[in-house]
Amino acid sequence: MATTGAPVGGPAIKVERHARDEILRVERLPHIWCPGCGIGIVLDAYTRALAKSGIPQDKHIAVSGIGCTGRFAGYLDMDSYHTTHGRAIPFATGIAVVKPDLEVTVIAGDGDLSTIGGNHLIHAARRNVDLNVIMVNNFNYGMTGGQHGATTPTGAKTHTSPYGNVEAPFNVPYLMAAAGASFVARWTALHVTQIYKAIRRMMEVEGFAFLEVISPCPPTFGEFNGFPDALDEMKYFRDMSVVDHNADLRDISISMRPDDRLVVGNFVDRRRASYQELLGELKAKAAGGAGK
Amino acid sequence: MMGNFACVEAALVAGCRFYAGYPITPSSEIFERACTRFPQLGGYAIEMEDELGSMAALIGASYAGSKAMTATSGPGFSLMMENIGLAFILETPSVIVNVQRGGPSTGIPTLVGQGDMMQSRWGSHGDLETIAYCPSSVQEFFDLTIQAFNTAERFRTPVFVMADQVVGMMSERLRVPPLEEVEIVERQVAHPDRSAALHDLPFDYSKDFLPMQIAGTGCRVNIESLTHDPKGYPSTDYSVSQKMIDHLLGKIRNHTSEIWKWEETFLDDAEVAVVAYGSTARSALSAVKKARSMGIKAGLLRLITVWPFPDEVIENVSRKVNALVVPEVNYGQVVHPVRENAKCPVSSVNCAPGTLVDPRSIVDALELAT
Repeated sequence: MATTGAPVGGPAIKVERHARDEILRVERLPHIWCPGCGIGIVLDAYTRALAKSGIPQDKHIAVSGIGCTGRFAGYLDMDSYHTTHGRAIPFATGIAVVKPDLEVTVIAGDGDLSTIGGNHLIHAARRNVDLNVIMVNNFNYGMTGGQHGATTPTGAKTHTSPYGNVEAPFNVPYLMAAAGASFVARWTALHVTQIYKAIRRMMEVEGFAFLEVISPCPPTFGEFNGFPDALDEMKYFRDMSVVDHNADLRDISISMRPDDRLVVGNFVDRRRASYQELLGELKAKAAGGAGK
Repeated sequence: MMGNFACVEAALVAGCRFYAGYPITPSSEIFERACTRFPQLGGYAIEMEDELGSMAALIGASYAGSKAMTATSGPGFSLMMENIGLAFILETPSVIVNVQRGGPSTGIPTLVGQGDMMQSRWGSHGDLETIAYCPSSVQEFFDLTIQAFNTAERFRTPVFVMADQVVGMMSERLRVPPLEEVEIVERQVAHPDRSAALHDLPFDYSKDFLPMQIAGTGCRVNIESLTHDPKGYPSTDYSVSQKMIDHLLGKIRNHTSEIWKWEETFLDDAEVAVVAYGSTARSALSAVKKARSMGIKAGLLRLITVWPFPDEVIENVSRKVNALVVPEVNYGQVVHPVRENAKCPVSSVNCAPGTLVDPRSIVDALELAT
């Protein structure tokens, strides 16, 4: 599809329309993300999954936290919410409880979701709130210039771990599975189709659905950790990723060492009553006069 | 009925159907009763992992179309400050009840304090205008909770009910008016038709009162915590920042007389007046009566709205009397804006949290002031 426009005083320009323009706020493009960043790949996968979900666009809600990935929701032409740092999940919980018919997706970074928002993440998984949570993990706080967080591999260098990170990172899929999530997956920015399929599945799952996407971050993480170019990290994903849907989740921590594998897959997909389903039952019980 | 229970019943009368909470003394009875009563009326009362989460959840719930509230006390109020700022910049109707206890920090969970008054004005970072009501009785806790919901909807902003442990925990006679006598302000909801001229901007700065875009109704708007333009798009332009702040502050500052509530007792012939709020106003009334029996022409100005500060009310009263006395269960908070606006000398009567202000110390101050 192509349209033409003639700005006053200038030559006619031809504007190509992309198939997903209907889902994006095209007037806000170009986006702020750096060349080589993986967030755009997730945005593309999300919009494709949304288009195929069978759920009207107006019933999809996107909620983001703060940071590079925090800008995700704002590029979507739908009800989008940019919230406070780490609080996207409780904000989304408020929406999803009041309107259980909406398909609410939280998209934020590793620092937002697993570090400052870690408490909300584990409790939402425990309650099995019917939310889709996509965590783009680039192992550092990119927007603030590259500091270490709860997912930074041990030994990795950032501006706040100049001698190498002394902390152990969270193994987030293991944490999510242990907390009770209905669906848990991890893919890298190289796994374009798998990300799309995982998000499609998440939109079907009743309950807490979690996807970790490992993303290159050339300027603030890659440069100091052996991946100065985005392609360097993509090559690492190609060479070292091991698809194992049945992996023992205890063993899938990420080191990003040149000789270490990176386990990816759809690890958990189980049926467990969602928070909204249980709250609906609770309301019926209360209306019937039960209670303490 | 207990004050904390009255608050829940009032919220239900006001149409509130979403409560997100975290237990904290001395507000827990509000949360407990909400957990029983809200689902009976088709609502939700959910427990979050902390007050950061409960405040965030109630903003989400409000954007999903529900009137939403939470209740807390000092330590929880501190945690809520982050997302109270979010509710303010997102122009989210929401009600936050603070049953104040002794502070700072964990303080005295079971005893009264009024030490969060300045926090309810300036606690969240950046320029805010806040609205706070202070009940002095169980009946007023009920009435002001309804009022808080109405004001929140009218102004599309968070509203505080700054109660205290005494008002929250005491039991008094409560009259619940027939529902048809209660004024309830319903939310103005934005038109979802995106193609028509009817389409509302999420943050239209040309108007003080805006309809709200409800999630899932087809408005497709960006609701933005960054400084944003009327479309909700983030911007670092100075003109955008200025327009947004002017709007956020202006919609309250331009309508203060609508929000101000106060009560005058024995002020007609008063030569000296007490300015008090919350449970302290009860001590103050007793002190004023005692002073009158001693021949001092004392009066009471009871502030029901503390924020936005009723500066003109203070100024008018201060022109009629020779001195003002401000008792508080803190070491001097609301006395500051009183002093800033009074045209007469102002003195302060303070006590540390843990007890009500002794009426005798107020009488002493009145004697000194005459």
